[in-house]
Amino acid sequence: MPIEVRIPTILRPYTKDQKSVAAEGATLSAVISDLDAKYAGLGERLLENGALRRFINVYVNDEDVRFLGGLEAAIKDGDSITVLPAVAGG
Amino acid sequence: MSLEISRNFVDAIAEQSRAEYPDECCGVILGPAGSGQALRHKPMLNAAHSPTFYEFDPKDLLALYREVDDNDEEIVVIYHSHTETEAYPSRTDIAYAGEPGAHYVLVSTRKEIAPATEFRSYRIIDGVVTEESVTITD
Repeated sequence: MPIEVRIPTILRPYTKDQKSVAAEGATLSAVISDLDAKYAGLGERLLENGALRRFINVYVNDEDVRFLGGLEAAIKDGDSITVLPAVAGG
Repeated sequence: MSLEISRNFVDAIAEQSRAEYPDECCGVILGPAGSGQALRHKPMLNAAHSPTFYEFDPKDLLALYREVDDNDEEIVVIYHSHTETEAYPSRTDIAYAGEPGAHYVLVSTRKEIAPATEFRSYRIIDGVVTEESVTITD
């Protein structure tokens, strides 16, 4: 069973406007690599210098991945990942 | 492009910006998906608790998007206050603007204009800021 990844509006140009896409991987890092292989350029919008971007929030089954080990967070079949840009500014 | 918004919401946002001063305040106005109508005001917590920065708490952010999905709504307006500067998007506002479909509303509580507040609306898409007119309805 693949992992469902919910894509925010601003990143849908990378996924041909799909709100939700399927991916595979045992860690968040592997899932992002898989996403980037399928949807070129998406990885760069999530990562910066090999780390998750500060103003991109990623959740695994409603839990912020920053509390699950970040890119090393374990992912299993059937998990749901949600990507949301922070609502922030100065 | 323009924003049509009820006076009640404009007043409530001005009130919130004064109540949370000197920190910036923030929130959203929601409407039925696809309608573009600003109908449901939802103040949000500024997790940064700062006079120069705002950020929705990541947990609140996820809850907000779930709620919007469950109710078949959309985020029509994203607003925050500037406490000492004019109601114009800052460099960080532009850099982090992540909702191309939303009206970005800025209010200012700067003392030069107190007790009045400024209320202005913008589109921020791919780093480009376009101010739009605001129509306040009674």
